[in-house]
Amino acid sequence: MADGVRPRVKAPRSAEAGEVVTIKTLISHKMESGQRKNKDGSVIPRSIINRFTCEFNGTSVLDVKMEPAISTNPYFEFEATIPEAGDMKFTWYDDDGSVYEDTKTIKVG
Amino acid sequence: MKFKALTAIAALMVAAPALTFADPDDDTLVIEGQEMVTKTDLPAHMEDANMDMIMSGWHFRSDETQALQMDDFDNPGMIFVDQALDNWESVEGSAGKSCASCHEGPESLAGVRATYPKWNEDAGEVRTIAMQVNSCRTENMGAEPYKYDSTQMAAMEALITLQSRGMPVDVAIDGPAAETWEKGQEIYYTRYGQLELSCASCHEENYGNMIRADHLSQGQINGFPTYRLKNAKLNTVHGRFKGCVRDTRAETFSPGSPEFVALELYVASRGNGLSVEGPSVRN
Repeated sequence: MADGVRPRVKAPRSAEAGEVVTIKTLISHKMESGQRKNKDGSVIPRSIINRFTCEFNGTSVLDVKMEPAISTNPYFEFEATIPEAGDMKFTWYDDDGSVYEDTKTIKVG
Repeated sequence: MKFKALTAIAALMVAAPALTFADPDDDTLVIEGQEMVTKTDLPAHMEDANMDMIMSGWHFRSDETQALQMDDFDNPGMIFVDQALDNWESVEGSAGKSCASCHEGPESLAGVRATYPKWNEDAGEVRTIAMQVNSCRTENMGAEPYKYDSTQMAAMEALITLQSRGMPVDVAIDGPAAETWEKGQEIYYTRYGQLELSCASCHEENYGNMIRADHLSQGQINGFPTYRLKNAKLNTVHGRFKGCVRDTRAETFSPGSPEFVALELYVASRGNGLSVEGPSVRN
């Protein structure tokens, strides 16, 4: 697991049924592209988050494939319709196999 | 030919209003529901300065940059605060201590940022927060000091600064600190480098104007450490001083040098009355 990785999510605690809410997510990660070289001239191995998904009660909301040119601490902001109360699950997949998760419970009414 | 000349004049007229872009705005800075004092009266010692009021550098930035600072989730500086919080808890050095061993939670340092740099009686010198952090690390923890303007130091300063957010800057300039303060004032008004610019040339006489493509603020440091979009990291006061002096094409003082400590005390005192708003976001 890369150092200092911490997922963060900002989502409303409650919403009206059918309301469109804004979700903000950020994960602190160095996102090493694999293109850079260190002082000895050898390549610094690639280490990025390569996929980010968001699910609401098991239904996929967002599934993003991420590439090496994405800068450090990737930030996603998106809108989602909340049909019912439930859990919004966020998952980040690291190149080294680590998986980082966060879940936010959203109430309706 | 005549048509071209007319077009050129028209283009100039359209472009003319854009020249006033650098003026500070009148927005209100509210961070997480807490309203900040970003404009206020001059401190007593600045009566001779050619200014109406002191104001935070926040007013000189675009609406988009300003918005980043108004929400802690959007403020990229907060990532470094989280890193510092990890360091706060981690035991380092021969004494087997962490910051938390003595200070418990970082909130115990509320108010510190508002009054530093500050005279330290035991050391017999004016100390910045960074000097105090390193003194804690070497003397109390038996650990290696942080490099003065390193990422770790900037992050730790940001964590400490956050505890005082919203409090008015109130550094003491009298008593034993007076000598250092006067030295800082002298540096502030001394012209350096091939361009022969003093701090005052830009930040007192020309704030609100453009310097090449950038806006000149009053050079207040109430928002430091500052997350800058241009280098995507937290920047320390001394790092900024160094950049400024370098831009005058002078040999700079080193971060942590007595000259910069004196200058920091003086510049901080020019912001007495503004809210501590760090970690701030600037471009």
